[in-house]
Amino acid sequence: MGTLSPDSPWTIWVIFSPLAGAVFTFLWPRRARLAVPLVALGTVGSVACLVWQVAELGVQSHALGGWAAPLGINLYADGLSAMMLLTTALVGAAVTFYATEYFRRASETARYFWPLWLCLWTALNALFLSWDIFNLYVAFELLGLAAIALVALAGSADALTGAMRYLLVSLLGSLTYLLGVALFYSTYGTLDIGLLGDLTAPSAASWAATGLMVAGLLLKTALFPLHFWLPPAHAAAPTPVSAILSALVVKASFYLLLRLWLEVFPVTAAGLGHLLGLLGALAIVWGSLQALRQTRLKLLVAYSTVAQLGYLFLAFPLALSPVAATAWSASVFFILSHALAKAAMFLAAGNILRFAGHDRIAELGRAPYGVSLSWAAFGVAGISIIGLPPSVGFAAKWLQLEAALAGGQWWWTLPIVGGGLLATAYVFKIISCVFSQNGRTSGTNGISWRMEWTAFGLSLAALGIGFAAPQLLALLNSGTPLALHEVGSAP
Amino acid sequence: MSWNASLPLLVLASSLVPGLIIFCLPEEKQRTRTTLNLVGVLLKLALVTFMVWGVQQGEHYETRIPLLPGLDFVLRADALSMFFALLSAVLWLATTIYAIGYLEDSPHRSRFFGFFSLCVTATLGVALAGDMITFLLFYEMLTLATYPLVVHRGTEAALRAGNVYLAYTVTGGALLLAGMVWLHTLSGPLEFTANGFLAGLARDHAAALVAIFVLLIAGLGVKAALVPFHGWLPQAMVAPAPVSALLHAVAVVKAGAFGIIRVIHDVYGIELAAELALTGPLAGLAALTIIYGSLQALLQNDLKRRLAFSTVSQVSYVALGIAIAGPVATIGGIVHLVHQGLMKITLFFCAGNLAETLGIHKVTEMRGVGRRMPWTMAAFTLGAFGMIGVPPMAGFFSKWFLGSGGLDMGQPWVVAVLIVSSLLNAAYFLPVLRAVWFEDPPEAWPAERSFGRSETSLMLLLPTLSTAFSALAVGLLASMPLSPLQWASLVASLEYRP
Repeated sequence: MGTLSPDSPWTIWVIFSPLAGAVFTFLWPRRARLAVPLVALGTVGSVACLVWQVAELGVQSHALGGWAAPLGINLYADGLSAMMLLTTALVGAAVTFYATEYFRRASETARYFWPLWLCLWTALNALFLSWDIFNLYVAFELLGLAAIALVALAGSADALTGAMRYLLVSLLGSLTYLLGVALFYSTYGTLDIGLLGDLTAPSAASWAATGLMVAGLLLKTALFPLHFWLPPAHAAAPTPVSAILSALVVKASFYLLLRLWLEVFPVTAAGLGHLLGLLGALAIVWGSLQALRQTRLKLLVAYSTVAQLGYLFLAFPLALSPVAATAWSASVFFILSHALAKAAMFLAAGNILRFAGHDRIAELGRAPYGVSLSWAAFGVAGISIIGLPPSVGFAAKWLQLEAALAGGQWWWTLPIVGGGLLATAYVFKIISCVFSQNGRTSGTNGISWRMEWTAFGLSLAALGIGFAAPQLLALLNSGTPLALHEVGSAP
Repeated sequence: MSWNASLPLLVLASSLVPGLIIFCLPEEKQRTRTTLNLVGVLLKLALVTFMVWGVQQGEHYETRIPLLPGLDFVLRADALSMFFALLSAVLWLATTIYAIGYLEDSPHRSRFFGFFSLCVTATLGVALAGDMITFLLFYEMLTLATYPLVVHRGTEAALRAGNVYLAYTVTGGALLLAGMVWLHTLSGPLEFTANGFLAGLARDHAAALVAIFVLLIAGLGVKAALVPFHGWLPQAMVAPAPVSALLHAVAVVKAGAFGIIRVIHDVYGIELAAELALTGPLAGLAALTIIYGSLQALLQNDLKRRLAFSTVSQVSYVALGIAIAGPVATIGGIVHLVHQGLMKITLFFCAGNLAETLGIHKVTEMRGVGRRMPWTMAAFTLGAFGMIGVPPMAGFFSKWFLGSGGLDMGQPWVVAVLIVSSLLNAAYFLPVLRAVWFEDPPEAWPAERSFGRSETSLMLLLPTLSTAFSALAVGLLASMPLSPLQWASLVASLEYRP
């Protein structure tokens, strides 16, 4: 598949830059503060170049060491990969900038944070560029382990319990996934996504493999009712880690599911699609209600992630119609929107937590003095989470509603619209603190302008990138990644 | 971008930019904040006036940015949008001056005026929106920008009212969104077009068009406070007086009413709406709201609540005028956007003056207040007469056109509704006026503040008097060229062009 596409060396740099950074910061932790901005710059730069190539020239690929699949390893970037890389680069750069300030005084934690985070970034980029299911597994496993270690960095009892649970879930998920991979390999003798897509046919073995892989990925994407591990892990982690986990890590397993669904899995399984959609709808309702019930700010934000992930899964039933591409695009837009907005929210919540010394919502009244920009960031990010125009979240919601109505499945509009209302309720539960006269939080810890502006900048990006929706859609469709493989999408 | 394409954006920027700067100002920089406010408001008024003049000369102002496949962000100036834009710009000038006086020495002024400016930006955006998605964008922005104003005081009651307000308006926005997406899947682009753009779909999708209409009107009806979606409006009374004035006269309820005009005229087209039998039920709902609002107003003792229910009633005149679906009634409906705005803003300013100067909040406390605050109460009287529809006040012309328009279309029941409503208006305003002017004042007012020789602060009094005077003037000068009535006739004639 990749042999026809132009060869792009940027695919290597996209993986190599953060990897080099990870090794460097591990070996010379004292130089991390100097090296990290350069690493981030290099990674973002390579991603920008690659995205530009995909947008202008179409699908890019690169055979590692000159060996093409099935013998060698192929890196492959189409519009979907480009969108994921772009999302990761935007959030990654912001979090990196934030963390240089956040860990300024905690040199011991920082010592582990930088190599782990850069490792995680490497894994993400590798995942989005991999084109065979075993490489995907390797990247995926690396991603999971790095993420777990990052959660444990906080060192508190909560964080360690959360991390432990996350570890068990993650291992179980990966293992199930790996079983599926093994089944596919023993049946068809190849791991390349393109080749598998051409070979897979409905059979007991493919069904079993599909089932195993989907189950593993759902667990790691925290789809309701498999979400139980997410809130404690995301809420207890250090702030930059919370942002990374919620914004990027869960999206990676969704990406994998989406990719395999579109390219590998034997037939579009209507029943399974509807089941996933139903779980997604339940996730929206349940996650939002739980968010509304929380008394701690970071937990509220974490449950909001559970709810927002539900939207991603509505695409599975919606795509069982002539407007499949619209439904999938909506999910990818949700990924972008949620990544930016949720990262902004977690960073803002982290600022408020550090400033006030606690994150008990009931006592946050009058807190804005001192961290007003963080509150503003929370509010602006809220616009995107609720899905109001002109944010990317609105574009996503619009596309999804369009897919539901044009595809003749109007009942899915209920969770889509209802989720927005519930989101309003929990976002404004926090926003109303700003205006309340009740509590009296006086800040003890100063928050540097960098931490505030990073959160605010991310939230503005979530709001403003909505105006770039036509360009992003064009980028996403480069190489038609969203067409099902039976339809004949192979370039 | 050419001058004509950037002008609509400049109109929005003239309040958005000062608003964003005001957010960053420290609380004590009062002079800078006031300057920014006034410069923004005056600049906006100048730009809008210039555009009104340009539109009259046949100039075409349009900004267009692609937003989603097949959908653009469009700002455009047409006769109707300029009508609403000019109203907003003028009333904003009055309200800004009033708010500066009203909020003197109170906390959180930077926050207040920041959101205040976002609010005017959203209202102007609603006015200038050239397609439905742009309309929705500013409609939702209006919700978000007014919430902080409603809960500004930060008390328990204010926060509760804010929650009610949000629950209603956000649900309304969601219904609007659902209707729009559905319409988009049927019709493609959603640009406002004179006489509508859906005529071609009527044969195959009549049922869907009816359902979409219901969604859209319900979504807009929340802000326009149509019964049964009006519950938020009386609650929102906890807001400071300038905010109430704003919510009731220009920003929120008018955005809803204006949206209803847009949907019927420029989305469905009056003929299609009548053909699908959509206007009849809407007229019925509007009539019901008019009567119900007046009845409720009669029962309120809290002055601002009484005025709030009066708004519920009066704003539905706009919907009624449109839904009668005849040219004359349409003029009455559209011109009532301006007339009700001027009268209601006057009344709310007066209520604010009473509360600020004498601590009066209840109707029963208003006995004899005419002797203590004659100017304010003169303005109040003009506003109340206008609401009742006494000639030559502005309200009379609205009712006249509505009534004769109803008769033209063979719907005499409209006249009956107007008569009942006017009687009810008289019933809840005249006893107040009698008490104000003819009863003896009490020994002491609930909480009196002295303002030297003037009856109250001039910053409060002057805007009140000027809006009251305007409400009189637009009635007296109704037949002059460029009066609101003439402009409304122009708008209506565009829709009913043979």
